[in-house]
Amino acid sequence: MSAVLFFIAAIVALVGAIGVVTLRNPLYAVLALVCHLVALAALFLLLRAEFVAAAQVVVYAGGVMVLYVFVVAYVGGGDEVAAGSSLRILGPMFAVALAIELFIAMLGTGLSGIKGKGAAYTLGFGNPEHIGKLFLTDYLFAFEVASLLLLVAAIGAIVLARRRRGLEEDETDFRAMRAAPRPAYTGTLAEAVGVRRVLEQLEQTGSATELMGGVPQDREMTPTVIGTRDAKEPSSAPGDDADSGEGGEG
Amino acid sequence: MSPTTWGWLVLLFPLLGTIAIGLGFRTYSRAAGMIGTAAIGLAFVCAVGALISLLDRSGAHREVTSSLWNYDVSSGVDAGLQILVDPVSVFMMLVVTGVSTLIHLYSTAYMRSDEGYSRYFAYLNYFVLSMLILVLGGNFVMLIIGWAFVGAASYMLISFWYRRTTATGAGIKAFVINVLGDVGLVLGTFFIFRHTHTVSFLGSFAAAPHVFHTDSTDLVAGCLLFLVGAFAKSAQVPLHTWLPDAMEGPTPVSSLIHAATMVTAGVYLIVRLHPLFQIAPTAGEVGAIIGCLTLLIAGTIALVVTDIKRVIAYSTMSQIGYMIMGASAGAYSAALFHLMTHAFFKALLFMAAGSIIGAMAGSQSLDRMSGFRKAMPFTFACFVVGGLALSGIPPFSGWVSKDDIIAYLNNRGGIYEVLGILGYIGALLTGLYTFRMIFRAFFGDPSPEAVELEHGHIAHAEVPTNPANGEVEDVEVGFPGPEHAIAEREPAMKIAMGLLAVLAVIGGLAQLPGVDHVITGFLGSSLADAPLASAAHEPTTTSAWVGLIIGAIIGLVGITAAYTIYVGRVGSAARFQAALPWLHRFLVNKWYFDEAIDLLIVRPTLAIGRFTEAVLERIVVFGGVTGGVTGVVRSGSAAVRRAQTGLLRYYAAAVILGLSAVVLYFLISST
Amino acid sequence: MALGWYLAVSVLIFCIGAGGVLVRRNPLVILLCLELMLNAANLALVTFARMHGGEAGQIFALIVMVVAACEVTVGLGLLVAISRRNLPIDVDELHELNG
Repeated sequence: MSAVLFFIAAIVALVGAIGVVTLRNPLYAVLALVCHLVALAALFLLLRAEFVAAAQVVVYAGGVMVLYVFVVAYVGGGDEVAAGSSLRILGPMFAVALAIELFIAMLGTGLSGIKGKGAAYTLGFGNPEHIGKLFLTDYLFAFEVASLLLLVAAIGAIVLARRRRGLEEDETDFRAMRAAPRPAYTGTLAEAVGVRRVLEQLEQTGSATELMGGVPQDREMTPTVIGTRDAKEPSSAPGDDADSGEGGEG
Repeated sequence: MSPTTWGWLVLLFPLLGTIAIGLGFRTYSRAAGMIGTAAIGLAFVCAVGALISLLDRSGAHREVTSSLWNYDVSSGVDAGLQILVDPVSVFMMLVVTGVSTLIHLYSTAYMRSDEGYSRYFAYLNYFVLSMLILVLGGNFVMLIIGWAFVGAASYMLISFWYRRTTATGAGIKAFVINVLGDVGLVLGTFFIFRHTHTVSFLGSFAAAPHVFHTDSTDLVAGCLLFLVGAFAKSAQVPLHTWLPDAMEGPTPVSSLIHAATMVTAGVYLIVRLHPLFQIAPTAGEVGAIIGCLTLLIAGTIALVVTDIKRVIAYSTMSQIGYMIMGASAGAYSAALFHLMTHAFFKALLFMAAGSIIGAMAGSQSLDRMSGFRKAMPFTFACFVVGGLALSGIPPFSGWVSKDDIIAYLNNRGGIYEVLGILGYIGALLTGLYTFRMIFRAFFGDPSPEAVELEHGHIAHAEVPTNPANGEVEDVEVGFPGPEHAIAEREPAMKIAMGLLAVLAVIGGLAQLPGVDHVITGFLGSSLADAPLASAAHEPTTTSAWVGLIIGAIIGLVGITAAYTIYVGRVGSAARFQAALPWLHRFLVNKWYFDEAIDLLIVRPTLAIGRFTEAVLERIVVFGGVTGGVTGVVRSGSAAVRRAQTGLLRYYAAAVILGLSAVVLYFLISST
Repeated sequence: MALGWYLAVSVLIFCIGAGGVLVRRNPLVILLCLELMLNAANLALVTFARMHGGEAGQIFALIVMVVAACEVTVGLGLLVAISRRNLPIDVDELHELNG
């Protein structure tokens, strides 16, 4: 009986996994993952990890996945276009290679335990009572750190996704800003190593203004790292920007 | 007190003087001159004390060493701070400190208006200290140290007026050639040390006859290298080109360093190391030949130069040629005797030259000097005394000492006799050029400056200029001061010159052949181990007196010839010059030594330098080594950088690949 | 069932997740595949817990779940911030940190 249940749960889990990976619509992918998680909960039950199974359903499928659904609804994303990058073929190949390796490892292992059905267990194995007792005695440190981690993650999420005060989203067109030519010697790591490229471009174009961001609105953007600028005045005097531009380029 | 205590005291006073003046006086202060003179005066007193305490002993006990501490007793080198007080070093000490005291006294007046007065006395005291280290040193290491210090002091003093480019150039030239000598000295020491395994003098001399056989290669090589050092320091051909240029320094400096003391260090070297030279007669021959060559070459050049200080410089070179010739041939005490008398009359001549240069408001050209006899009687008298002593006229000191050397050479026979005869020719030239100088400067119609001085007023140049190249300068620090001093008006100068004149007159009486032998008697104990200095090689009294008379006659012939050319029939010099223009040009260009050295050594070295810079530095080091290293790093990092695409999925692929590799590793290692 | 089967399922899910991370371009879906991999690890942990008869593996699995939740929170927060700035939601387009 447990074998039948095992196979059903395993197949559902695998199908769900494949669904996550292949479905184009992200919402469908999320739903496939939910299905997979529930199947996995069944597998946990078969392994007599009752509390873990419950937590899986309640927390994971019930909490985390719902969060995912919200974000998918907000972000959208739609159907994505499969890109023609080499990883389309190499990716699955790597995964297959890894799978083969792990299977070889598993089959050739010296662990005798996996051939059996498991050790003898006490009554109440996997009970919330047992789990709770372990959490509060042997694994107290992990418990506390995990709670701290949750706190940090919650705060972090708020910080990341908050609205900047005074910032009207439509005014700063980051996309256009990114598309415009970047002034020389500004930006991120590119500036540190792209100097030579910039110089070559300077020589080729023969004029500095193109690369120096001759378009006025670009000058406002220097120095920039996307998304971390604090309150900035959209209308700055050109003189100031010229100075900051020179400073940034110098 | 023991001689070595006196010896340490002799070293102590100039050291204290240097430190006191050097650290105590940043600006002009008259105290610097007084402290400097007093320090050297005390050193002279202590040298006399050393002499007296040494005379109390006798024979072999007259060689006393004392060592303060050991620098280094590792690897078998027993270098210690050691002095050796024996008759030779006491003799040198007395000459050095005595003449230095008088020159310090002279300088207090001569340099009075110079802004660098204190610096001058600090340097001068340092020089005396270095020279004393050199002569008192008891082992090769101290000798080398003193040698190097003296070279440094000479550089500092030649380029004393450091804002004159001519002076700094001359200083560098002197120093570079001196360094060549230093290298020779150090290498020579090594050649000797290899076999004797000790650097102390007494130890080396004791061991030398046992470890070297006559004319053994290492010994000859070592002695030749010592001779290189001696030639560089004593301005012998071909390392002599620095001495005439060294006249850029102040006149008292020229008189002390480049007449009386530093340039005689080469002679001292040969005399000190005579046990080694005895076993290597080849080196002695080389030294004698070079000495003879120098005295002739210098004598001929002195006939045509027009700068008064350079005439005296070339005469110094010539006289030291005599000393080197004598010392290499074995006439050690004669060479030292001539060193002493030469110090007297040459210092006197330089001092007198300083006086007349002062009267000429800094100009040194003989072409512009004439008729100073009436205006500067004291200077004239000093010049005459010095000139007579230099030309070898009885009863002046130079007569006895110079002919002492020539008589010894003639007595030795063989090639040395030829050198002796050449020495007589040199004496003729000496008389000629010395009195050329005196007649031109003091006889004839008085020049404008002389006329001014007769009226009681020293000539004063409105615009100070560099006498060598006529560049305009000023009178602030780094250039000579505005005032010029002449002997007639400065008591300090008069005292110094007067004392030297007296010594120049009576100095020869110490070693009249057959009459007394103060010098040889005193030095005899140090030279007891030298067969060449033994009585067998001494010329007989008769032959010595014959030599003396011949020398006197030759000197008089030279003076008469000079009188005829320059006073009797004025204009004959110009006629000689017109008749033999090529000879004149050859001599005026100093036998083209400077040009030869430039062509053979300076230009190839510069070319090598340029090549090294262009090829080795730029291409190999910059391009290859540093450029290569940075290039490799840069291209390596560029290659690695290409993995940083910023694309998440590639990073993830790398992670999974890594994971696979790790799993593979564990898989393989477990089977 | 022998425990080896559970491990086999875990391996398969892990590798499917890995393949998904490499292939998909939507960051959201990449995070989902990451969840797959974490779950595979959880399954393995619980299996080993069953094998040993001790509950340490289950504790570990719970902690992993906590961590996964936190990571999802932060990751989705990032996504929201990106989308709010009207940037394309495509990891191949977002490659500023290069060089």
